[in-house]
Amino acid sequence: MNRSHRHGAGSGYLGTMEVKSKFGAEFRRFSLERSKPGKFEEFYGLLQHVHKIPNVDVLVGYADIHGDLLPINNDDNYHKAVSTANPLLRIFIQKKEEADYSAFGTDTLTKKKNVLTNVLRPDNHRKKPHIVISMPQDFRPVSSIIDVDILPETHRRVRLYKYGTEKPLGFYIRDGSSVRVTPHGLEKVPGIFISRLVPGGLAQSTGLLAVNDEVLEVNGIEVSGKSLDQVTDMMIANSRNLIITVRPANQRNNVVRNSRTSGSSGQSTDNSLHGYTQPTESSFQFDEDSDEDDIIIEDNGAPQQIPKAVPAAESLESLAQIELSFESGQNGFIPSNEVNLAPGPSGTNTESETRAPDHKLLEEDGTIITL
Amino acid sequence: MRRFLRSGPDPERERLKRELFQFNKTVEHGFPHQPSALGYSPSLRLLAIGTRSGAIKSAPSYGAPGVEFMGLHRENNAVVQIHFLLGQCQLVTLLDDNSLHLWSLKVKAGVSELQEEESFTLRSPPGAAPSATQITVVLPHSSRELLYLGTESGDVFVVQLPAFRALEDKTVSSDAVLQRLPEEARHRRVFEMVEALQEHPRDPNQILVGYSRGLVVVWDLRGSRVLYHFLSSQQLENVCWQRDGCLIVSCHSDGSYCQWPVSGDVQQPEPLPSYMPYGPFPCKAITKIFWLTTKKGLPFTIFQGGMPRASYGDRHCISVIHGSQQTAFDFTSRVIDFTVLAEADPTAAFDDPYALVVLAEEELVVIDLKVAGWPLVQPPYLASLHCSAITCSHHVSNIPLKLWERVITAGSRQSTQFSSMEWPIDGGTNLAPAPPQRDLLLTGHEDGTVRFWDASGVCLRLLYKLSTVPVFLTDADPNESLHTQGEDEWPPLRKVGSFDPYSDDPRLGIQKIFLCKYSGYLAVAGTAGQVLVLELNDEAAEHTVEQVEADLLQDQEGYRWKGHERLCAAGPVHFEPGFQPFVLVQCQPPAVVTSLALHSEWRLVAFGTSHGFGLVDHQQRRQVFVKCTLHPSDQLALEGPLSRVKSLKKSLRQSFRRIRRSRASTRKRRPAGLPGEVRHEVPEAKTERAGLQNMELAPVQRKIEARSAEDSFTGFVRTLYFADTYLRDSSRHCPSLWAGTNGGTVYAFSLRVPPAERRMDEPVRAEQTKEIQLMHRAPVVGILVLDGHSVPLPEPLEVAHDLSKSPDMQGSHQLLVVSEEQFKVFTLPKVSAKLKLKLTALEGSRVRRVSVAHFGSCRTEDYGEHHLAVLTNLGDVQVVSLPLLKPQVRFSCIRREDVSGIASCVFTKYGQGFYLISPSEFERFSLSTKWLVEPRCLVESAETKNHSCPHNGAGHEKAVGRARNSGSQSDGEERMPGPVMEHALLNDERVLKEIQSTLEGDRACRSYGDWHSRRMAVGYSLSNGGGK
Repeated sequence: MNRSHRHGAGSGYLGTMEVKSKFGAEFRRFSLERSKPGKFEEFYGLLQHVHKIPNVDVLVGYADIHGDLLPINNDDNYHKAVSTANPLLRIFIQKKEEADYSAFGTDTLTKKKNVLTNVLRPDNHRKKPHIVISMPQDFRPVSSIIDVDILPETHRRVRLYKYGTEKPLGFYIRDGSSVRVTPHGLEKVPGIFISRLVPGGLAQSTGLLAVNDEVLEVNGIEVSGKSLDQVTDMMIANSRNLIITVRPANQRNNVVRNSRTSGSSGQSTDNSLHGYTQPTESSFQFDEDSDEDDIIIEDNGAPQQIPKAVPAAESLESLAQIELSFESGQNGFIPSNEVNLAPGPSGTNTESETRAPDHKLLEEDGTIITL
Repeated sequence: MRRFLRSGPDPERERLKRELFQFNKTVEHGFPHQPSALGYSPSLRLLAIGTRSGAIKSAPSYGAPGVEFMGLHRENNAVVQIHFLLGQCQLVTLLDDNSLHLWSLKVKAGVSELQEEESFTLRSPPGAAPSATQITVVLPHSSRELLYLGTESGDVFVVQLPAFRALEDKTVSSDAVLQRLPEEARHRRVFEMVEALQEHPRDPNQILVGYSRGLVVVWDLRGSRVLYHFLSSQQLENVCWQRDGCLIVSCHSDGSYCQWPVSGDVQQPEPLPSYMPYGPFPCKAITKIFWLTTKKGLPFTIFQGGMPRASYGDRHCISVIHGSQQTAFDFTSRVIDFTVLAEADPTAAFDDPYALVVLAEEELVVIDLKVAGWPLVQPPYLASLHCSAITCSHHVSNIPLKLWERVITAGSRQSTQFSSMEWPIDGGTNLAPAPPQRDLLLTGHEDGTVRFWDASGVCLRLLYKLSTVPVFLTDADPNESLHTQGEDEWPPLRKVGSFDPYSDDPRLGIQKIFLCKYSGYLAVAGTAGQVLVLELNDEAAEHTVEQVEADLLQDQEGYRWKGHERLCAAGPVHFEPGFQPFVLVQCQPPAVVTSLALHSEWRLVAFGTSHGFGLVDHQQRRQVFVKCTLHPSDQLALEGPLSRVKSLKKSLRQSFRRIRRSRASTRKRRPAGLPGEVRHEVPEAKTERAGLQNMELAPVQRKIEARSAEDSFTGFVRTLYFADTYLRDSSRHCPSLWAGTNGGTVYAFSLRVPPAERRMDEPVRAEQTKEIQLMHRAPVVGILVLDGHSVPLPEPLEVAHDLSKSPDMQGSHQLLVVSEEQFKVFTLPKVSAKLKLKLTALEGSRVRRVSVAHFGSCRTEDYGEHHLAVLTNLGDVQVVSLPLLKPQVRFSCIRREDVSGIASCVFTKYGQGFYLISPSEFERFSLSTKWLVEPRCLVESAETKNHSCPHNGAGHEKAVGRARNSGSQSDGEERMPGPVMEHALLNDERVLKEIQSTLEGDRACRSYGDWHSRRMAVGYSLSNGGGK
């Protein structure tokens, strides 16, 4: 960090940590016991107190060491924020009603956010028109490698978006056996393998899956101990948003790990498509409701998507939105249903690949993030 | 975060789950598959049957109705012989691996159970051929300690029971017999294997040994000498010793039998002339013979086989000759063994046989020998469920007494040809409590019949048989089956038994059944698109069944049905008392009816095929509407089942060829041989065989592809459901019909049923109100509406009969749609997604059967919950909670490879279920702690009866599993001897109080240990409740 703080070195040593909290245009500074940060609820109360907004529902975010704006909404990510803050914990507070979720996520504080906003939010949630800069409006992701940071390097988690495309998934699986290292030495264990890729199919066109790749998980569920038919049924049941974790037969193309890669996006070297942001937590929720879009035709009218039932008292759209996002993951910041909320382009950014991951200053950006 | 809080089991809920759910396989109904041996104990009056059904061998025993035991051999071998030990609760089985097993009926906690005690394999002496000890005959000696074993070598070995200790010094070797024979009888090779071993009926020191070459000797056990010997010119098959020991009857391979008087002085008696009952032309062997004396003088000769080889050699016959009466009972399946029930007291002067028990391959037949004409006795158990293959089943719980009695009355008129004799095999005491309610299991069969079974208790008893055949004109001559042989015909064959697997017309097959227990309306649907609505009539009637035609294709053009023709309805038909059809709905095209629903209050019947569904007002006999569900591109569904089969075959063949072609290129360089061979073979067969071989080489692949709307059979209607709910708006509820298809579509029609007084005047109207397309497109297998309290809507007329609370119409209703992959709850009337459970995505299993069941608590009377009982394609049964869709428990029930078992599963309304474990047997299982139907019975031998103590205190400490569970199933030991407890408790008030105090004191602490006692006490209350 270029900007050094007076208490910087000392605060760590003394066990206290300086917090700089911003709400709207106002800043508050206070310090916390680094070793005893307490609970998130208390921290939340403290923030409401210092900003004198006791009854306002707010979203709390912080800038992590890479300059990403990440949310604080539970004990876990609060502790993470406290433990990684060096030397200053920078907090950003937004009112819930005005919250801009797209602000959160990878590199969000260091890049122009409007691309993401554009991508992640369906039109009806948009607060104001954004200018499309580089991506065609109808761009759709077809596949991505996800969770690179939490998987062993030998594994690859691939997400295939059947959504909206007429391309067949186009692959076959078979039974086979693989060698595992177990406490009893090497053991041959039965496994499920990709046996064939259909030319022109989604699987083949992405280049992320290959014949003889071993399938380890389907949408977060381990396949070991399951029969070929069971795995087939699981894949078909998830076919609209299929996430397969494989051990590639060819290990040479593995993602090169970069400690600077923040968030969870990774990009395969042979893929021109771009990573898609995912929550960093390993508790990534797989039951994304990509098939929630059941259709109803009432009285022979026009087909409509079936909405989710909303508790009657909280029919405000924004609140419903929050409900959803809290349900879908611990972090609760990337609405994991965004895939179906936004059939349009997803989180992609050509810049992210080329950007040097250096320590840029956080810059003031629009109404939300200011330093 | 909410999700985070939810995780972790709630101890209170876990406890409740233990009180509600429990998995047990309780009893097998029907006839044992592939029986291979029969045993009977005259003193216990018990019957035992051994089977050879692949992996599991069993030796079930049967006595009085409700008295059933099951024992499983650990070995995977067929049971060859079963012998009860005289007067004891023990039996010995011989398996086809030459091992002997001793089983005992042990009384534990007041219930008998069958347990294997000991097993034994006869060891051959060093150097002897293995056949030397291959056991051919087993004779349990009346001393109860010795077992004589005849072998292939001709030696008779002796083992001591119960330890199976071989007594080598007592062996009756063929050499020893040879030496003690007079010179002239010592032929070479007179011995060979032992075919018969009999103990002298009066003198336990004499045994008869019959050798296959025709030599029969009577051996003195004490003096080790030959008392008598007879030499027949024909190969010996079996012998029978007359009750007084003065006459020996031998039967032979040429179809003759021979009588040998045994008198004190002559060592080699001369035979009376041999008699060939079905001669003079060559006959088949008589394999077993009974010679039974009667007080009145004329003996009964009963034998198996002996039919003229050329003209009747293929018949499975048992002949009974009594004076001038002679009948050859002609069985529809192979006769495994038979026995005659006669006077059990060995000291009685005459046999006086009263019943003939025949174990055929597919059924057990008992014939009354006391009544002229020898009528059949209707068995109370071991019913041949598969007399025509079972095509579907339907279970109705808690039948009102009125309907029950009417069905029984109708059924009793059908069984007039049966003997009035009480079931003669009546050993043991049934201790099971009277069934708490009357349950009906309806099975539909391939031959167009529906059988009504009493499924309330352990014995599955046939109550009534309905045939839909008379409604239609078929090629079969209805009189053909009744055709009896004339008086003068020879041999005097008489067809017996109900097993008749041949269907006259496959279109008659029953596919769906729906019975309304309150109104007695029954709907039955079949293979050729026929739907019959029947009502119970206590009088015979003659009328024409009114026809309604439902054209499910409506105005769809250009489709051609290539399947079977529809059945032609006959003119006026005479109907017996019972269920009589009054409306016939004929679907066009006449495809298999795939779903059926009947609403007896609204008088509507809904039916679906692979083309669509329709609704018929059976009161006005008028079609209300039809809806075509076909996807325009689904050509296959239109062409009918025949072409579908063909195309499958064709595609298989094509894929074989494709594989072969790809292989062929790799094989080209190999020097001739295999490819050359192929060319010379019959092309088709060889190609397929080669294809099969190659299939094994190529790994099994599965295509991963999302379902699309274009997949075949998307229009196939899987489920239909009537509900009175809020379909249009939340202010008015109305009748509605729901249909779910194979392609994940749900259609909802709102109905307008005219009020009762104008029911015949105004038409029923229907209007499509909703159509839901599940985007995962999995087949919809269940639709259900939950009322304002999230309780499933009651059945039609249930409320009217005061058997259910009226549904809550105040709160908002919810719609539950169960697809093969997911459970989803939607709100009504505005459809919005509320909850879901993705089964396939999480487990890889798919829903095969789903049904609402009420689970009563075993602990709290009157407490119960409605949940979904689910069977998956992996054979697991699960309980999924309502309305929150939380998986509660899961048990593996059916082997996942057992496709027909999974397909046949049917759930009851109270958490039990049935599935076919073989074509002829239903396994009953229970997911409920409260509703268990399982055999509890007691068998005591004459001696133990006298000593048995009136109350059995020790039994309270241990719960008992039945023998069949003791091996593999851990739940076995959890079984509680409920009724026995009742039995014991009634005798002992002190114990009753003790148990009650434990019950009360236990409410707080619930360790596993006191689980048993709690359940015992519950068993008590249950059986009391049963009496209400």
